[in-house]
Amino acid sequence: MSISSETPFPRRPGESVVARLSCLAVQPILTRIVRRIATRHPSLFARLGPHQATDFLIDPQELPFALHLRPDPQALLLRAVPRGAAPRAGATIRGRFLLLLELIDAEQDGDAAFFSRDLEVSGDTEAVVRLRNALDDMDGSLAEETAAMFGPPGRAILARLRRTYVGETTALENT
Amino acid sequence: MSLAELICPAGTPAALRTAVDAGADAVYCGFQDATNARNFPGLNFTPDELAASVAYAHERGTKVLLALNTYPPAGKVDLWYQAADIGARTGVDAFIVADMGVADYIARVHPQVRLHLSVQAAASSPEAIRYYCENFGVKRVVLPRILTIPEIRQIRTEIPCEIETFIFGNHGLMVEGRCSLTNFLTGQSTNMDGVCSPASDVEYVRDADGSMSSQLAGFTIDRFGPEEKAGYPTICKGRYTAPHRPEGYYAFEEPVSLNLSRLLPELIDAGVHAFKIEGRQRSKSYVRGVVRAFRAAVDDIRAGRQANMADLVALTEGQKQTQGAFETKKWR
Repeated sequence: MSISSETPFPRRPGESVVARLSCLAVQPILTRIVRRIATRHPSLFARLGPHQATDFLIDPQELPFALHLRPDPQALLLRAVPRGAAPRAGATIRGRFLLLLELIDAEQDGDAAFFSRDLEVSGDTEAVVRLRNALDDMDGSLAEETAAMFGPPGRAILARLRRTYVGETTALENT
Repeated sequence: MSLAELICPAGTPAALRTAVDAGADAVYCGFQDATNARNFPGLNFTPDELAASVAYAHERGTKVLLALNTYPPAGKVDLWYQAADIGARTGVDAFIVADMGVADYIARVHPQVRLHLSVQAAASSPEAIRYYCENFGVKRVVLPRILTIPEIRQIRTEIPCEIETFIFGNHGLMVEGRCSLTNFLTGQSTNMDGVCSPASDVEYVRDADGSMSSQLAGFTIDRFGPEEKAGYPTICKGRYTAPHRPEGYYAFEEPVSLNLSRLLPELIDAGVHAFKIEGRQRSKSYVRGVVRAFRAAVDDIRAGRQANMADLVALTEGQKQTQGAFETKKWR
């Protein structure tokens, strides 16, 4: 299938500086996360099939950067990238950060998020479907595992993020 | 007597465990190939995964039904026969079949395993259902979603097998097992390859104004406004323009899901033996939410209480739900 051209990312003044600093700050965490997932959940790579080599761009809308994922078990890559410097991706997945996290953790249903238009996908739909199914077969909570890597402060940050997300979602539903 | 069994979907081993833990009486699933009608990328079970999943389910008193519900192309039956052999060896509790040749093979080679007739067989008359029962020993028929409850009640009196009806999920109303729309555009067959709108042919294109077009094999089949709820990229639920309808309209069906939660008592009273939740392609979150809701409802009804169903509209296609033909033939 054809790869659609990506929707241009809207840029805000000063965003690129903030984005680059944020990317530098989170990269060590991302590297730990992705290595941990690969070690604990090796079976997910089989479900990706030929899309182990696909470049995914995961775009958490409210964060100052996007995530570039290439789920190749031989050369696993998860890196934060400023939106203005994002690579041309085979598939892009866009939504609010905690929605994306809840989708990975099977706390939300991807199809329902798509129906409601809270989740947006573009590019190679098969790649997205494979990634979704691979992650959905993963037991446990990626959010909890990641938070646990950083002890009580990590869990506190996750709890706060969730409270904020639930509050904002409720507010949006009531408008 | 209706046992009101809850038959639940699983696209992955994790989803199967989720369904079992949420209270499924039986879980249905398929292999990672064309032998089942949800042959989607990254979905379904390897033989080893199926064996482990059957063990998990059986330890908890839950049955596993293996969907072999597609039609082999002429002369290419080996894949279906092998799948049946693996399923029997694995200890599945029943096969869900559509093709007479597959049914005949299982009836001859694995007579100890129950046969259920898939909705893909589109058997909706007592005569058709009896044919499968008499010739292949079918023990249960999954009825197409085109019958009213009085019609189901009548059929129940005229057939020698159990009845299973869908109660939630995708509302497919084409003559099931006969739909060629996907084949027409993509060259792949829903009925023989197990793919309806294969993901490899689907593309979503976002327009500058926030609208989104869904395309299949390069053809636009719907365009959703910025605030409009979306549906699956299936031709039968696409919106089209025509000379007499330039504004665009749903030529076949609308994106909407079946939800029969309010009709459960009547369906049980009509003698429906088992209730099927559609959605092997959906997530664990969907499986957990829907199975829990219907488990509670069925248990309430069995106990003589008013069922207090959780609101499931957020999980429905287009965030719309219907009781379809089960309520009235005027559904369309």
